[in-house]
Amino acid sequence: MKAYLLHQEQDFNFVADLPPNHDDLIQDLELTTLLEAMALGDKFLYEVSARVVLASLGDPEAILYRQRVLADCIAEPEIIREMYAIAVGALEDKRGIWGYGSQSPSLILSAAVRQLEAAVIRLKQLRKIADDRAERFHSAGLTTLFRTLQRELDDEYFMTMGYHLKQLRFRNGELLSAELDRDNSGIGFVLRSSGSVKRNWKERLGMGSRSSYSFTIPPRDDAGANALSDLTSRGINLVANAAAQSADHIWSYFTMLRGELGFYVSCLNLCNRLAVKEVPISFPAPSSWSQRVLSFSGLRDICLALRAEQRVVGNDIEANGKSLIIITGANSGGKSTFLRSVGLAQLMMQCGMFVAAEAYSARVCGGVFTHFIREEDSTMTSGRLDEELSRMSSIADQIRSHCLMLFNESFAATNEREGSEIGRQVVRALLEAEITVFFVTHQFDFANGFHSQRAESTLFLRAERQSEGQRRYKLAVAEPLPTSFGEDVYYQLGGWLDSDEDPDSPSGSAREASASNLDTSGRVRQAE
Amino acid sequence: MADGTSQDPDLLGGQPGSASGEPPSTSAPPAPHFTSLLFDESSGKAAVRREDRSSASDLNLDQIVKTVTGVREERDFIAALLYQQLGDIDTVHYRHEVYRDLEDQSLLERIQQFADLMSKVRSHLGQVEKMQYLHQREGWFLDAASIYCDAVRALADGLSSARLDSRALRAFSAFLTGYVASATFESLVADTRDRQDALAQIRYCIRIRGGRVDVSRYEDQADYSAEVLKTFERFKQGAVKDYRLNYRTWPGMNHVGAQILQLVARLFPDEFSALDDYCRQHAEFLHETVRRFERELQFYLAYLDYIGPLRAAGLSFCYPDVTAASKEIFANDTFDLALAKKLVSEGKPIVRNDFRMEGPERIFVVSGPNQGGKTTFARAFGQLHHLASVGCPVAGTAARLFLFDRLFVHFERKEDLTNMRGKLEDDLVRIRKVLQAATSNSIVVMNEIFTSTTLSDARFLGKKVMEKVIQLDVLCVYVTFVDELASLGESVVSLVSTIVPENPAQRTYKVVRGPADGLAYALAIAEKHNVTYERLRARLSA
Repeated sequence: MKAYLLHQEQDFNFVADLPPNHDDLIQDLELTTLLEAMALGDKFLYEVSARVVLASLGDPEAILYRQRVLADCIAEPEIIREMYAIAVGALEDKRGIWGYGSQSPSLILSAAVRQLEAAVIRLKQLRKIADDRAERFHSAGLTTLFRTLQRELDDEYFMTMGYHLKQLRFRNGELLSAELDRDNSGIGFVLRSSGSVKRNWKERLGMGSRSSYSFTIPPRDDAGANALSDLTSRGINLVANAAAQSADHIWSYFTMLRGELGFYVSCLNLCNRLAVKEVPISFPAPSSWSQRVLSFSGLRDICLALRAEQRVVGNDIEANGKSLIIITGANSGGKSTFLRSVGLAQLMMQCGMFVAAEAYSARVCGGVFTHFIREEDSTMTSGRLDEELSRMSSIADQIRSHCLMLFNESFAATNEREGSEIGRQVVRALLEAEITVFFVTHQFDFANGFHSQRAESTLFLRAERQSEGQRRYKLAVAEPLPTSFGEDVYYQLGGWLDSDEDPDSPSGSAREASASNLDTSGRVRQAE
Repeated sequence: MADGTSQDPDLLGGQPGSASGEPPSTSAPPAPHFTSLLFDESSGKAAVRREDRSSASDLNLDQIVKTVTGVREERDFIAALLYQQLGDIDTVHYRHEVYRDLEDQSLLERIQQFADLMSKVRSHLGQVEKMQYLHQREGWFLDAASIYCDAVRALADGLSSARLDSRALRAFSAFLTGYVASATFESLVADTRDRQDALAQIRYCIRIRGGRVDVSRYEDQADYSAEVLKTFERFKQGAVKDYRLNYRTWPGMNHVGAQILQLVARLFPDEFSALDDYCRQHAEFLHETVRRFERELQFYLAYLDYIGPLRAAGLSFCYPDVTAASKEIFANDTFDLALAKKLVSEGKPIVRNDFRMEGPERIFVVSGPNQGGKTTFARAFGQLHHLASVGCPVAGTAARLFLFDRLFVHFERKEDLTNMRGKLEDDLVRIRKVLQAATSNSIVVMNEIFTSTTLSDARFLGKKVMEKVIQLDVLCVYVTFVDELASLGESVVSLVSTIVPENPAQRTYKVVRGPADGLAYALAIAEKHNVTYERLRARLSA
């Protein structure tokens, strides 16, 4: 019996290794904000969501399978939450029953029997929901789940389980078979169905050798009594194991159900939050890699939208057939936000979720990789370039054809000439390996180098400076310009170098602090 | 200097009248005489050897020996051999031959299996002595004999099908072929198999009700555990925990088990009386020559065990051309064996070094930046020569090494840094002792001496030492921070440790002839990380 709500014909692997770059993804895309909105403070849901979001699907059909289940869930949230509560309740029952810490098979056996009895009650509850509510669901995932519950857990089966649960308390003595070990002691003790041992006809007539001998240990022989109980333990060792494993299997069914439903419950939580914030959502249209599709309208950085008090502006891009997208332009112009919104939407699409956009179509990639500038990096220039390139190298260990690579101000830890040269070499190699690259950069030499090639497959976006220096956070298709707008932002903030607070701060024009987007915009707006 | 010899007869070699290779009571022609895997005792010449542990700690040989010997039964025996420098080239060759034969992986595996099985046989026989109940004792004894038969036969097969070039293994193989064909061994094999087959057929049942136990023959009753599993099978979700408690034999069977076994013996009287006869007949099945072979084998297996993982990590070992006739020594791609062990276990790369002395060259003066691998180089040089003198394969792709009369190592003593004068004096006294004892056939390794004094003193004393070393015509590695010592004549070769140009903090452990130099370029760093266009392209298409 399987849940199969996340894959059509397999369990979701909740213990699979996360992609090696998951820490980078979480940090660079600020995934924690998304996951917290899904979990609503529930640690388990947080973990489940993280694992599902980070384990991207590679097949558009598999994505649509989840989208349909999720659509069912959004239509009938109460029933989904009730089933989730049964799974959670079952696992709480389990924790309430004394477990298997014991070193004695007979204690293991009796704990297993009590666990199985508790599990049977929860299974009956699930069966009832299936009997009463199945017809309200239409997705393949949920209709199969209900049908399986009705088929596998029919009334006769509940009776058979009841019979064995009684038998397993057996106290009429045990019959064990055994063999001789290499040292002639007994091994291979197996509990046998206890029929009466019949004597054959020769024996009954007193002919031939006897087939049975007996002894009885004296009443005060404690060591002998211990030895016998040890033998009994060996005898029921396997059946105790069988019962305990059966209980475990049922718990793993509930565990799997809790995990898989947990993801959809998390999506329901997120859905509610976004509705309150009036953030538009839609199911993306995934296509295979060969389609070369990428276009969207009203795409938001969902994490920024979740944190921001104001409404967040979305971006519209048509980048079908493009494999290199270079983003230049003003500081605090929303370049990092844009880059994150692309990465987040791709990850959300590939785990079967909706995205924060009015419409979103994209090809399914083999993995999202991020190489973002890190503010906390050491200040020694050579050490920092070393660190950046070392991160690039570990990405190169993992990334393969048909992946999505997001660069944010990469290779800026050295002078522009050298940084641009490294950037060009890296990007060229990635493009030749059929990797789609988004590159946010200040390095004009780098951006212009690609611009002068006039390649059809390259798209240039620019963060625009609006009149009076106000940012719209919307990007436009535009070629790179030779200057940046750091100075501009600097004066807007009032010029911290003029105060004596922070004389050694790195020049603000060169850095766009990822976390400061929101603060900056907030302050700017309050000031007006 | 702890010269000395052990009292172990195998370390002394040459045992007239020790176990003969001939199996008892056969008329087969006498097998070629096998006596030892370690020394060629047929030549009649006693091997020259001296046990020297004086440099063990400075060269980290003690770490190597400790890891090589590990917890093996024969660890003291192996350690003594590893500290025993041979003075004659023939014995070095005798051991190289065995090592070369063991390069054959399938042969090595079979020999390793043989050694493992023999150790099991001994532990079984040890158990038998501790046991109280007859039927159980007999079970263990039968098992031991069975393992022994398998081990001996598999080894005989392995040896006879392998191409053997070593004097030692050829002689032993001849002995073993004769032994396996002997009537004694053949009957041991046949009887053992018969007894085991008979006992393995036995199945019985016990029924436990209160304090009463019925023992009977087994009559195909169904497995109840399987029935339970089948009922719950539809919930199966992949692997779950195994709740079986681990019940195996318990040493010294208790009286209930013994009583049951006694009743089983009554249910199956033929099988058990045949077992009694067997044990009486084959009480002494272990052959003494097999035992000696297996003991000496540990020397080879232990060392191969040590270098196996290093080879697997891509490091090379070679049989050095050991010579007493020429000081034109060299080694390619060599490394510190103790450090390599540590780095490989941590998954870190190992830097290899080459060195070569030609013509009048005798002395390597190693200078250069700290942490650059100077000491490691000196250690590797010393280890290499010591292990070559023991007859072991050494670190490197190829080497010619000098068969020295004595190996002297003088490393800085860490203790008592407050008493500068005392330390300098102590250094001088120790060095004088070395220089007095060394001959032109010795090897001297010195590391950072006179650091407790001023530069001009160090320069002066260093020069004095060097003059003496040059005059001795001794092979020497001299690690120093005094640059001038590197240019004292044609017998002196200047080596420098190097740094990574783009990352001066990184250790290289690379020591080369000539000065170091480098510049930091961004692309050089990119090169280092393999993220230039060319490298990335190759990596992404892999």
